[in-house]
Amino acid sequence: METNGIGDHASLAADFNKDKERVEWHDETLWWIRQKRDKNVHQIPEWEQLREAASQIKLNVLSDLNSYLQQFEANAISNGIKVHWAADAAEHNQIVHQLLKNAGVSQMVKSKSMLTEECGLNEYLAEHGIEVIDSDLGERIVQLAKEAPSHIVLPCIHKKKEEIGDLFHEFLGTPENMADPQVLTEAARGHLREIFLTRRAALTGVNFAIAETGEFVVCTNEGNADMGAHLADLHIASMGIEKLLPERRHLGVFLRLLTRSATGQPITTYSSHFKKPQKGKQIHIILVDNGRSVQLGREDFRNSLKCIRCGACMNTCPVYRRSGGHSYHAVVAGPIGSILSPNLDMKKYADLPFASTLCGSCTNVCPVKIDIHDQLYKWRQVIVKAGYAPATKTATMQVMSKTLSSPALYHLSGKAGRWVLKYIPFAVNNKFNPWYKQRDMPEPPEESFGEWYKKNQTK
Amino acid sequence: MRVGLFIPCYVDQFYPKAAIATFQLLKKLGVDEVVYPQNQTCCGQPMANSGFEYLGEGCNRLFIENFAEFDYIVAPSGSCVLHISEHLHDDEQPEKAKDVRKKIYELTSFLTDVLNVKSLNAKFPHRVGVHQSCHGQRGLHLSQMSELVAPYYSKPGSLLNMVKDIDIIPLSRADECCGFGGTFCVTEEAVSVKMGQDRVADHLEHGAEYITGVDMSCLMHMEGILRRKKSKVKVIHIAEILNAE
Repeated sequence: METNGIGDHASLAADFNKDKERVEWHDETLWWIRQKRDKNVHQIPEWEQLREAASQIKLNVLSDLNSYLQQFEANAISNGIKVHWAADAAEHNQIVHQLLKNAGVSQMVKSKSMLTEECGLNEYLAEHGIEVIDSDLGERIVQLAKEAPSHIVLPCIHKKKEEIGDLFHEFLGTPENMADPQVLTEAARGHLREIFLTRRAALTGVNFAIAETGEFVVCTNEGNADMGAHLADLHIASMGIEKLLPERRHLGVFLRLLTRSATGQPITTYSSHFKKPQKGKQIHIILVDNGRSVQLGREDFRNSLKCIRCGACMNTCPVYRRSGGHSYHAVVAGPIGSILSPNLDMKKYADLPFASTLCGSCTNVCPVKIDIHDQLYKWRQVIVKAGYAPATKTATMQVMSKTLSSPALYHLSGKAGRWVLKYIPFAVNNKFNPWYKQRDMPEPPEESFGEWYKKNQTK
Repeated sequence: MRVGLFIPCYVDQFYPKAAIATFQLLKKLGVDEVVYPQNQTCCGQPMANSGFEYLGEGCNRLFIENFAEFDYIVAPSGSCVLHISEHLHDDEQPEKAKDVRKKIYELTSFLTDVLNVKSLNAKFPHRVGVHQSCHGQRGLHLSQMSELVAPYYSKPGSLLNMVKDIDIIPLSRADECCGFGGTFCVTEEAVSVKMGQDRVADHLEHGAEYITGVDMSCLMHMEGILRRKKSKVKVIHIAEILNAE
């Protein structure tokens, strides 16, 4: 499945695998986080009940999203927050641009927001002469490298500290070949402090918004959202419409789940509640749909909107760990990205639901119990029916279907050279036989079980 | 009790020993009649997992024709059983399809849950690494998975513990996927192989002489990697160990 010339997951992952040492380092790094998560969650005897509660709370939100959104809007407005609605990425970007223009601002600091990545905000604002500095350390690193984040929680997890040292040497003036994390973070701190002090506008994401109170919560480990938002006159918060929780007490469930799942910490270092603007300052919230209401209408895929963006499914995914985030050529990589992205562009992301062994680990680490691997299976059916399967694959599958429906045909082709040898697991491409590249074929036995059974069934 | 034996197509063709052991084990453990319907072909999973579930109608109907008459259907594969129990359907005879979905069992769970096997006359004096095939483990809940905060259990493990002189080795990653994944093994060749190599390495580092599991497909994938490495370590289906005297 070629996708717009940038290559599909399989070919991008094959490129990533050319550097064996890097693949192993990437795998080990993320597995270490999965292990931290395990260690941490095993200290919570009621972990599975928490997951179930979170899943049900989100189900409730999704079942009555319009009411909760209106309740949230009314409460936020009465708290003194300005609320905007954006149907898609373009509207979101225009709203941000307009707000900055009104404030006469041409430089903005931004904490981590996957939504603004989804909307392509930085590029849009750059085209309109506005400079955006990402203040999350990982995001700042990929921004300096002119790359996209490869992970939603750990944006530069694909980069080794030596590579970060080179970048900082080039852009922040650290000594050459300096890869000491202490020195590098100190340099980043100094650099970002200057940004925080001089920017009059700050944009943050939103982790949770509370319908009951009209407040929202932003979780960071670096305190960068707070630094940006508190020092600026204008705070813009971009949030997907699915981020709502009905009541403040529900936060107790989600804050316990989020960071344990994400990084194996008991809680984020900063879980900051924003309710009303300080005197003389403004808070604006942009509620963004951008395909979410379409996904809400897809019954089989609705649950994907429960996602709280912890990234646990990526850390646990044996395919993600060995193919790297960029191989998914989407804003959100990994298993969750593979069920979200086809909703945004089915053709472009037709390959992603196939980039999985359906092992089911994602579904079982997910703190809100999204049936990720079942949705991957369902997306495959939808994508094939929509006509995005390669023609050769369709032809093979039709032959396979005919043969497997007919014992006579099956046994005939079996005799003519073992049908299975020809089609399983080589069902997609017999000519080049990718199995044999790095694996030996099984040795065909003298007789099949069927043949043995005919002779021995009474024994 | 009449049991219909479902032998996955690639096991029939490549790994008859696993099927023979399954057949013999069931007879040995007291099943009155074990029948292998000779018109069986495949569960249809290779098509369905590739997104072509809609082409599976004929395959599904044939499966129902072959197996509807039995008290139980038993197969030495977690993956094929999971596919049947989750996806087998027939719009013309939905009740029959439902009945088949309910009475199909993966071999080890049939032994522990239906036959209530408490002891085995088996001996296997070797160091064995157990591969947790994902569809059996996370799909059919044959054993507890490392993701959940829940008590440990293992149906295949409890049976292996009944085998004399067997030495089950620990692994660094108890239940990571081997990367077979059906057609994934060829469409995503690079990642599939890397996953398989890593899984095999874990068993080798811990001194396995054999790698076993409930799914021959995972084992076939790992065998392909072992043989390419010219390793002496062998794969063996769990039925062959439980049937080894």
